[in-house]
Amino acid sequence: MQEVVLETRGLVKAFGGFRAVDGVDLRVEQGELRSIIGPNGAGKTTLFNCISATLKPTAGQVIYRGSDITGLPLRRIAHLGIGRAFQITNVFPSLSALENVRLAAQALGGDSFRFWVPATRLHGYIDKAMACLATVGLEGRAAFPAAALSHGDKRKLEIAILLAGDPRLLLLDEPAAGMATEQVPELMKTIAELRRSGERTLLLVEHNVNLVMAISDRITVMHQGRVLAEGTPAEIKASEAVQNAYLGTS
Amino acid sequence: MRFLKSNAGGLALVAALIAFPFVLSLLTGEALNTGTPKFWQGMLAQVFILGVYALSYDLLMGVTGVLSFGHAMFFGAGAYTAGILLKYAHWGLLPVIAAVIVVTLVQSLLVGALSLRVKGVYYAMVTLAFAQMFFILAEASDFREYTGAEDGLQGIPVPAWLSPTHERLTFYFVSLAFCVCVYLIVRRIVSSPTGRVLVAIRDNEQRAQTVGFNTFAFKLIAMALSGVLAGLAGMMSALWNLSANAGMLSTGTTINALLMVIIGGAGTLSGSLLGAGFLQLVGYWLNDAFGPRWPLLFGLVYIVIVLFLPYGIIGTWRARRRQG
Ligand SMILES: Nc1ncnc2c1ncn2[C@@H]1O[C@H](COP(=O)(O)OP(=O)(O)OP(=O)(O)O)[C@@H](O)[C@H]1O
Ligand SMILES: [Mg+2]
Repeated sequence: MQEVVLETRGLVKAFGGFRAVDGVDLRVEQGELRSIIGPNGAGKTTLFNCISATLKPTAGQVIYRGSDITGLPLRRIAHLGIGRAFQITNVFPSLSALENVRLAAQALGGDSFRFWVPATRLHGYIDKAMACLATVGLEGRAAFPAAALSHGDKRKLEIAILLAGDPRLLLLDEPAAGMATEQVPELMKTIAELRRSGERTLLLVEHNVNLVMAISDRITVMHQGRVLAEGTPAEIKASEAVQNAYLGTS
Repeated sequence: MRFLKSNAGGLALVAALIAFPFVLSLLTGEALNTGTPKFWQGMLAQVFILGVYALSYDLLMGVTGVLSFGHAMFFGAGAYTAGILLKYAHWGLLPVIAAVIVVTLVQSLLVGALSLRVKGVYYAMVTLAFAQMFFILAEASDFREYTGAEDGLQGIPVPAWLSPTHERLTFYFVSLAFCVCVYLIVRRIVSSPTGRVLVAIRDNEQRAQTVGFNTFAFKLIAMALSGVLAGLAGMMSALWNLSANAGMLSTGTTINALLMVIIGGAGTLSGSLLGAGFLQLVGYWLNDAFGPRWPLLFGLVYIVIVLFLPYGIIGTWRARRRQG
């Protein structure tokens, strides 16, 4: 059996009396591409927020590579090898695309407390940032301020920032959200390639069920904060519960 | 060579400022150390000192995006530290400078460690409270012996070679050098790996944490740097005035920093220097023309600037140039 990279145990996130995540048990294995699908408001983003320490869970645990990371401060997460791309573009708007990615690379190096050398002289981070931009096809936009990028390019920038952090567990929250339809298959192909033959584990939230079926190893279906079903794409396609709650309606 | 080329404008300005006293003396026919030349050397020396103070605030507010309402506490602390040590401990200038750095460093780290726990308006309020505390301390009659309480600390002995009264030209050049050095230092810091994190925090602090930065530590660094620079500006101001008073620690002094930075353009650094010149010179002319009611008119000028130049003079100019 493969090593379990990420596990959640009885994860709950309540906003007042409302449980956006309501007792989720998740086990994701090394090298897996796991997709999480579910209708709007199912709690997918909130689940990601709990895993990546953006929100503190109300109850339950998040276990990463055997250690309990529940309630760790946000800044520690990237250093553990967990990277996150946000559903709502979340970048440094006034900085160039290159600088956005360079900072993510710098965050994991040991040079951030050097204030007497120009950042442009530390070529390692710049080269790495350029490579990450190239992976998502943004190398031609490196000098553009993030705020001036098109929506689709901002989505790609999200992923480049994530990659610069050398993550081994990648949380991708609707990376194609709002992108032009013809760009989406290309992006999904890039994402599927990110796995690098088992080195990385991917968690993907995506609404386009057909795309998800094509690239995922396993799929978790969420509904009203709970896991409704889990299995291989074929199993999910065949599941009646899923058909009724989700697929049938779309 | 590259430095010369990419800084041609700044170098020309510094050259002009170096020539300024001599040119003015030639034009007016008055000696360097008298009349109009002497007056304008003093005027500009104050601009340079204010400029450093504004720069220190820009590093915190414009570059890092941390809005403080208590910046005056560092300016005042620098002034009082220098004044007390010169007058009562008879220290030399270099040890005094070192002491100002140490005192304001400790002060800004302590205040920062406590106040940076909260964000936004709450942070601003906590810093305001700290500044009020220092203001009250400076006015308290308990320490009259050292601070002069509400009369202020008068008659600070300035080394003869630097006397703003008798060696005005020297004081002018020292202030100019001080301002240029601080500007170059701050600019270098902003372009360093540390400085880039500060800008990232201004843009999106939560994202900076997500990529792995301990933003608290970086904001503390920004506060320490900005506190020390404000302290040095306060020390220079005490040397110029030959005195220190509680007003230096008042909210009005903080507001001045805010005005200078916003007029020039937050986060632009050079804008702070321009803002300092603007505040000092326009303030002077308005006072000349309208008397003590000048702050009212300055308020109007300020409103016009904010309305028509939303990113300040330099900030708006840069934005236009990028577009057009
Ligand atoms: N900070 C918050 N405060 C209150 N309610 C919230 C908060 N964040 C999310 N919710 C609610 O929790 C529920 C789950 O939201 P979440 O964003 O996790 O859904 P999602 O599955 O990601 O949906 P979508 O597909 O639209 O992105 C929604 O009903 C949402 O309104
Ligand atoms: Mg969502």
